[in-house]
Amino acid sequence: MVEVRLLGVGEPKQKRELRLPGWLTSYLQATPLALVLGAFLLLPILMIVTVSFWDYDFAQMYPDFVTFNYTETLGSWVTWKTYLNTLKYAFLVWAITLFIGFWVAYFLAFHIRTAAMQSVLFLICTVPFLTSNIIRMISWIPVLGRNGLVNSALVGSGVVSQPIEWLLYSDFAVALAMVHLYTLFMVTPIFNTMMRIDRSLVEAARDAGASGWQILTNVIIPLSKPGMAIGTIFVVTLVMADFSTVQVMSGGQSASVALMMKNQMSLLQYPAAAANAVVLLIIVLLMVSAILRVVDIRKEL
Amino acid sequence: MTTETKTTKGGLTRRKLLKTASAAVGLAAGSGAITGFPTIWAQNPITLRQFGTGVSNINAIAEKCKEDLGITLEMTATDSDAAAQRAVTQPNSYDIADIEYWILKKVYPTGVIQPMETAKLKYYDKVVPLFKTGKLLPDSVIAQGTAPHTVGYVESKDAKTFAAGETELFTMMPTIYNADTLGIRPDLVGREITTWADIMDPAFKGKTSILNIPSIGIMDAAMIMEAMGNITYADKGNMTKEEIDKTIDFLIKAKQDGQFRAFWKSFDESVNLMASGEVVIQSMWSPAVAAVRSKGIACKYQPLKEGYRSWGGGLGLASHLSGAQLDAAYEYINWYTSGWVGGYLNRQGYYSAAMDTAKEFMTADEWGYWIEGKPAAGDILSPEGKVMEKAGAVRDGGSFEERMGKVACWNSVMDEDRYMVRRWNEFIAA
Repeated sequence: MVEVRLLGVGEPKQKRELRLPGWLTSYLQATPLALVLGAFLLLPILMIVTVSFWDYDFAQMYPDFVTFNYTETLGSWVTWKTYLNTLKYAFLVWAITLFIGFWVAYFLAFHIRTAAMQSVLFLICTVPFLTSNIIRMISWIPVLGRNGLVNSALVGSGVVSQPIEWLLYSDFAVALAMVHLYTLFMVTPIFNTMMRIDRSLVEAARDAGASGWQILTNVIIPLSKPGMAIGTIFVVTLVMADFSTVQVMSGGQSASVALMMKNQMSLLQYPAAAANAVVLLIIVLLMVSAILRVVDIRKEL
Repeated sequence: MTTETKTTKGGLTRRKLLKTASAAVGLAAGSGAITGFPTIWAQNPITLRQFGTGVSNINAIAEKCKEDLGITLEMTATDSDAAAQRAVTQPNSYDIADIEYWILKKVYPTGVIQPMETAKLKYYDKVVPLFKTGKLLPDSVIAQGTAPHTVGYVESKDAKTFAAGETELFTMMPTIYNADTLGIRPDLVGREITTWADIMDPAFKGKTSILNIPSIGIMDAAMIMEAMGNITYADKGNMTKEEIDKTIDFLIKAKQDGQFRAFWKSFDESVNLMASGEVVIQSMWSPAVAAVRSKGIACKYQPLKEGYRSWGGGLGLASHLSGAQLDAAYEYINWYTSGWVGGYLNRQGYYSAAMDTAKEFMTADEWGYWIEGKPAAGDILSPEGKVMEKAGAVRDGGSFEERMGKVACWNSVMDEDRYMVRRWNEFIAA
């Protein structure tokens, strides 16, 4: 660094300067974020945890320390079945979005030559996001319904004689809508990491005699892992917390964890819902930490 | 407004009186006037805060109230569970509670609602006997569940339990009620529907729906169970744990056999299920049937031999009301039952509690169609002026007496409420 010092000006000022110890500076720098996170993340979570131990009736919550919200939640087969069901959706949607997301990103990153075209195509991927989540989900209903577009076309063309019932209000419908809603969350991070892959690595692999498949499995997939991990975290947490898609697309026939909470809240059983939220939070955190175990995102970024 | 009030002493027609500002309210209310009068001046103009489930949704009523009484109504609409909670936990946040009778049963014992003196209710005599004795006609059978008359009266101002019979203290002025049944697509069911049990007919497998609001859904389920001869409830509105178990187990089995296409939670869902042909028979509310029909799709609110599941709501006074505010509240309730609102509700397909006053605000044809069950002479319009029914149409279920005379049970709150909700959640998750 070059220092420009004016005689007689620099010296006295330096004396008045407030000297902070090094450790304090770092703390001060971290304070704004810590305050924001504390007020808007930590505090609410603490409140949820507190409330989950309270007693309640139809109208009020009573500060108390009872554990029956947890015993009722964990002791009921409904909870287990619902968690299993939600995990099933999470797994299905994760696998499908990962597959689609990877290939879309791969195409965008390696098969589109110009950066301009890449941006254009990527923006096209985001177009559906200009409409609301709910609209995109509900639009499936007239498509999949008993007298919907798909069934009319199938019956009209004579492929099937009876409308296919399982298209709507089924696990299929739920998974389809979720894949539609969440695939972009997979495409974006994978595309992002793929763009950072040094193209010379691919060339080197080719020079060394690797086939296209070998390049893919030995170079591209390992190097896109962080993107896949981030996308996985997005999709898994979104699906685990979803209630509207499950309710609308299954016609209220299936339950998800968040839907169970919503039911409890609409009946003002807040402590029970809070206990459920805590359990869900723990499970999702465990899942995320498992993902981070497999892929070290920070190292790769 | 203040200039008007100076001219309102004595010798007025009712209509003119209604049009005067709220300062005259104390006088009009009658007995409370002497102490109320000076305070009214201080508090002019009066605002009443009303919250609740039913008519709080109707802005036209607030506008008309402002026009007729000069009272500003601030309305807040919530769903029934939130209404029950708010009534109890925030008693100072409202002046008028517009709630259903089963909510009142939960809420009244907490002391947040004060009873009204029947003497101050101008149209108390006009209230249909259903809300006083539980019998619409002298030979009617009293329905199960939280029948309004069972929670309609108290013995004294601070009583926490309800009186067995009619007293001078009314807990809530009934305003709106109706009889619910199953809606069907007559073009798709292909046969006569006569009983609640028909929803479980294997012929309709995968084409039925019931509503997923536990407290109401369980009642529909109970009607079905009883119609099928599976069980006879001591009181459908207050099941024992065993009865709840039996009912839910039956529902779970039906669900796993694929009898239901979906479960609906909101009004529009029920309309779409029916209109799209996803279901052909389901639990339904009367405005939803009208909405399906307004799309040009045949839909019938099918009367069934076991009778209707009924619900009713009214206006209750918050405990904190006193003086001018209380007088204004009485005046509001008297205005409410004086006919205009009743006519409005009747024309929406609901029923008004003071039928005689509502009649004056309806045309003979409207009265004939909505209340007497006669074929419409001309087109029947909704209160907003939309054509609801063409000339010649007859109301499903017929006249007021035929429909409200066949109530099998009222919406209710059970002692085993929490257990019921837990089991209901199991049914949805199963």
